[in-house]
Amino acid sequence: MYTFRLTIIFLAFFIMNLAYGQSKMVLIKGDTYIPLYGRDSLKVTISDFEMDVYPVTNSQFLDFVEKYPKWQRSKVKRLFADENYLMEWKSDTKLSETQSLNAPITSVSWFAAKDYCECLGKRLPTVDEWEYVAMANKELPDARTLKSYNKYILEWYETPKTFNNNAGSTFKNYWNVYDLHGLVWEWTFDFNSVLVSGESRKDVDNDSNLFCGSAAVGATDLMNYAAFMRYAIRGSVKAKYAMKNLGFRCVKNINK
Amino acid sequence: MRHFKLTILYFVAILSFASCKQEPSNKANDLAVYKCPMACEGEKTYNAFNSCSICKMDLKVIEQTSKVIVNNAISDESIFNLTTTWNTEEDEAIQLEDLKGKTLVLVMIYTTCKAACPRLVADMRNIEKQIPENQLKDLQFVLVSIDPETDTPERLKSFAIENHMDRLHWTFLQGTESSVREFANVLAVKYKQISPMDFSHSNIISVFNSGGELMHQQEGLGVDNKETVKTIIELTNKN
Repeated sequence: MYTFRLTIIFLAFFIMNLAYGQSKMVLIKGDTYIPLYGRDSLKVTISDFEMDVYPVTNSQFLDFVEKYPKWQRSKVKRLFADENYLMEWKSDTKLSETQSLNAPITSVSWFAAKDYCECLGKRLPTVDEWEYVAMANKELPDARTLKSYNKYILEWYETPKTFNNNAGSTFKNYWNVYDLHGLVWEWTFDFNSVLVSGESRKDVDNDSNLFCGSAAVGATDLMNYAAFMRYAIRGSVKAKYAMKNLGFRCVKNINK
Repeated sequence: MRHFKLTILYFVAILSFASCKQEPSNKANDLAVYKCPMACEGEKTYNAFNSCSICKMDLKVIEQTSKVIVNNAISDESIFNLTTTWNTEEDEAIQLEDLKGKTLVLVMIYTTCKAACPRLVADMRNIEKQIPENQLKDLQFVLVSIDPETDTPERLKSFAIENHMDRLHWTFLQGTESSVREFANVLAVKYKQISPMDFSHSNIISVFNSGGELMHQQEGLGVDNKETVKTIIELTNKN
């Protein structure tokens, strides 16, 4: 009887994991590193966490909006998503013919991305976590100084419509994570912590009237143009924006 | 067999926990407001039937004049669509929708801030000063902490007292890391923790109408607040 019970419980968890395509995650071992825009000390310490191997796909998001109709295109509140939200879709629960089920979901707002992750018991990665994993290439955890690493990213920035490609179509990095570069830009939990911003002429970083502690903002490596671009994007988007080349993936804390 | 039933129950329980955030029921409909018939405490109102703490007379339901709550529907743009729970400086748990019906003047600060926040708080008081006393009751000045770990209700309360912001029309809110981040995103406020005690943040004062829709934002410190005050007075007159 006892084993039977265990089996049922096991089955229950299994079914739960199948519920709207729980995706595979890998362990990211934390460390201390210096991101492009660090804190006071410039160094940032990352704790161990798990990250989705692939960005969230169209098919996974489709399941999500079926389960949570408030995130369907016609039902979403304007506060949480602008009018570009899921714009390409044929209807509330149908992709367009040109969209592949396995391509990354894009045209979603930060609010939708955050809720998606939370509904799975996950969360969006912080900027520091995302950048930490993304500085790896195939072999090294930190490849930022390599010419080839930067060249790859910059070439991607010049390639149009990579958001139509399938998840997993770029390289597997040191952490066994795919598609951090080369497919879509990704939302981060605290993207609005990036205080360099192009949204207004008033908030250039030496205007201490707008930001207290503005001295914290400054590029530690301006040569890192590729990363600079990412920060610039984060500084200029708003949470309700839905953009064609902006998707997301989730991460999870490790219970110790 | 009993085990089997238990297992099924367990299974069902897990599945029901698995669904996240349920839509909260719209409780605005059964919100009655009570007041002492002798007005012992002036305009003070209660949300539950009780007796007056001073004269002990039964509280009376006051007619909801259209002045306070215009209608129960909230628009798509309203901040009341955020359904997270916050703690006030009085240690009450509220949702933003509980602030519905009043014009809201809102700012995000943290109490250990030495640089911009004191000036931002001064700006808020400066705005308050320019509002006619009889309009203050239709207004709520809200200060949301961006440091929910440090700024507990007790801390917020003492901050309120220290800064002479403890009257009824001042509310301080403590959220969670996630709800504060979400809220800042609704206001387009940016902030970043730069050390355990310090944050950089944008200095924005936002004005919302009684339905929770953003009407005006003032950016920067010590800026001319004429526009802001004008918006607030117009909104409270309209209520």
